[in-house]
Amino acid sequence: MLELQDITGGYGSVPIVQNISFNVEAGEIFSIVGPNGSGKSTLLKFIFGALEPDQGKIFIDHKPLSTYAPKALAKKVAVLPQHAETTFSFTVRQVVELGRYPYQKGLFSTQLEEDTKIVDQSMEETGVLSFADQPLDTLSGGERQRVFLARALAQEPDMLLLDEPTNHLDISFQISLLDTLKKWARTKKLTVVAVLHDLNMAAMYSDRTLLLKEGRQEALGKPAYVMEKNSLESVYKTELYRKEHPSVPSPLITLVPHTEKDVAENYIDGLLVTEETSHTCISSSIYWKTLSSAVIGAGFGWHRHFVNRHVDKNYNEDNPESEYMMFLQSLQIDSQDTTGMMTAASLADGAKVRVQDEDGDVFVYATAGTANAVDVSKAYEKHSQPVTIGTINIWIFIDGTLTEAAYTQVMMTATEAKAKALLDKDILDPDTGTPATGTSTDSMCVAATQQGDTYHYGGTISVLGKKIGKAVYEAVAETLDRYKERRRSYSQA
Amino acid sequence: MALSKNKKLPVYVVGMVFLIFCIILGTSQGSVTVPFGTTMKILWQALWAGDYANLDDSFVTIVLQVRLPRVLLAALVGASLSIAGAAFQGLLKNPLADPYTIGVSSGSAVGAVSVLFFGWSLPVIGTFTLPFISILSGFLTLLLLLAFVRFIEQSLATETIILAGIIVSSFLSAVISLIITFTGEELRQIISWLMGSVAMRGWDYVWLMLPFFIIGSLLLLANRSELNALVFGEETAKTLGVNTGKRRFMILAGASLLTGSAVASSGTIAFVGLVIPHLMRLLFGPDHRHLLPLSMCAGGGFLILTDLGARTFIAPAEFPIGVITSIIGAPIFGILLYQQKRRRAIIQRVRR
Repeated sequence: MLELQDITGGYGSVPIVQNISFNVEAGEIFSIVGPNGSGKSTLLKFIFGALEPDQGKIFIDHKPLSTYAPKALAKKVAVLPQHAETTFSFTVRQVVELGRYPYQKGLFSTQLEEDTKIVDQSMEETGVLSFADQPLDTLSGGERQRVFLARALAQEPDMLLLDEPTNHLDISFQISLLDTLKKWARTKKLTVVAVLHDLNMAAMYSDRTLLLKEGRQEALGKPAYVMEKNSLESVYKTELYRKEHPSVPSPLITLVPHTEKDVAENYIDGLLVTEETSHTCISSSIYWKTLSSAVIGAGFGWHRHFVNRHVDKNYNEDNPESEYMMFLQSLQIDSQDTTGMMTAASLADGAKVRVQDEDGDVFVYATAGTANAVDVSKAYEKHSQPVTIGTINIWIFIDGTLTEAAYTQVMMTATEAKAKALLDKDILDPDTGTPATGTSTDSMCVAATQQGDTYHYGGTISVLGKKIGKAVYEAVAETLDRYKERRRSYSQA
Repeated sequence: MALSKNKKLPVYVVGMVFLIFCIILGTSQGSVTVPFGTTMKILWQALWAGDYANLDDSFVTIVLQVRLPRVLLAALVGASLSIAGAAFQGLLKNPLADPYTIGVSSGSAVGAVSVLFFGWSLPVIGTFTLPFISILSGFLTLLLLLAFVRFIEQSLATETIILAGIIVSSFLSAVISLIITFTGEELRQIISWLMGSVAMRGWDYVWLMLPFFIIGSLLLLANRSELNALVFGEETAKTLGVNTGKRRFMILAGASLLTGSAVASSGTIAFVGLVIPHLMRLLFGPDHRHLLPLSMCAGGGFLILTDLGARTFIAPAEFPIGVITSIIGAPIFGILLYQQKRRRAIIQRVRR
């Protein structure tokens, strides 16, 4: 559909765009990204013929761009402008009718019935038909953009070029515009070439992306390859962070604000532990990045209060999360800043273990009740639902920066350490009589300061994993001993 | 405001009827009032039959030899200035532009004033020396302006045209002032020419102006869709398939031809070229496909009416026509502007 061969050029003698080559297939969504001044818009101007490149060739449908007459080109390629201010208040219909200009023949031609039909159709598809007779300047920015989209559609183009089409639009309009383009690309085989400034929009919607740096190609290919942390950081000269989109297979780029880091301070020393019969709260002055299976703040999050709440063993709420939030509110703890777990086990049995050396610093807090201990290998034979609440809650605090891989490995290491502690303390699954590996409602939270040393691994024999294994094993074993002690004293009494 | 399809025809009919009514009114009224019916009969005969047997000779002479050429010249000048104004406003994307913005009229004026000052009279064309030199100098001014703009930058950008126009016209105005400083007895003649008038021109001027009017109007009407696209900017127009360089030149040439010939035959009549297109836009929307022809009708009729006012209010003396255009035009314009702003405010309130 579109082919660029070694395009170099710009406005003056200094070329803004240098040696750019790429192909775009029919029905493809191709995005051009890059920082301000990287030549994105200039490159687009070459494609719609507003600028002539100094060097290189552009082909549209295998024909050189320069051989197209203005009207013939307008039938192939439509452009959605970045912003279009008009002095005079044209109505929506008049604006959209301009899209039929390339189809006019002769000096004094008039509009044909077919033109009217296509204009109506274009307005229908972009949802602007209902205000066809309103002046353009009474519309909102998003509606106006849709009018220009209708005009582009009325040109019946094979290819649509967009220059930062989502500028000045609120999020819902951005999404609806790009959704529409995606639909047309699939249904009408419309080829879309878009300059986008939002990397995430580009990643989510384009089939391929061209990343420009100072007018040169930095990367070209699937967004997942192009949106690579290191090359983006070198292009944008700012710290970026790449994650995966939570619901669609596409990378998600976020920025990291520049902040002055505090002088090395040990945040584990700074943890403030408040112990009440109703709850234990561990608080910090900073936010920790947490990965947890807690009731409040599950998954990845940033938290600075860690609440292990004691509830009665008959606790039964339809919506434990909102009930928990009320509880936090009564303690005047911000639920947004909190990882919160529940246990029926006595908090007084809780154990705290800290393992610290020159290679790192790990602190573990654990509480345990094993009334419904489970042997995971036999769990499929169990039929009964647990009647009593018995839970092992493990809190792991790490001074350092963890990668997502390290978080996952720490979870695995800690789980193995827990299972080993249960085994060594002879905890049995009451149903099967076999050694238990955990209870049915265990929970775990891994929190790291994300400052200081970086840990790429948390496996059992890694620097970090060794400390995790030791601390978790010791904490769980200690709390199990206290738990058993209490049970024994109960039964003796 | 826009013309929906079924409203277009009536609007054009009203426009034509208005123009014809103005022509008849203009030819029947004056120091001697020719009855309306008689005027219509005379005009009808003049158009089709040429049989004035049953009509009063003096009426026929007054209508056909004295008033009709004056009225038709007023109509041509009014129509020319209005359609040129509409085109300039669209091309320059500026509602404050008028036929005099880019200095072509100043060029014509310099030509005319020079003829009056130096008392030139070219062989063969004789009394037409003034309009001839005037149109010529107007066109030379346009070419000079375009060359100047091209010299500054490759594309004919709107802002550069306006700025260059301002430079050219202020320079030429200074030249006119300079000539006036040196004038003796020609002063009154020059000043009254500058204020503008369609009086005492006769049929010759009508015939002189007609070809320019036809060519200029056709050039503009052929570009009415292009003007709509150009309003959205050079780049957008290009992407819509408009050959902007060629079209822009056609429009500039057409509008300059109309302005130059209007100034050459009747001096610089102010306000018509600014207000009539504006009025039409307020009433019928900015679509140049309708704006251009409607401005033509309304401008022609309007200038006939103002000329009628100019020669009847203090008869037998006459007002300069430019004074009347402004005195009548400005208040009408003000009222319409007020109404439109209010309507717009209501539309926006309803939408919210």
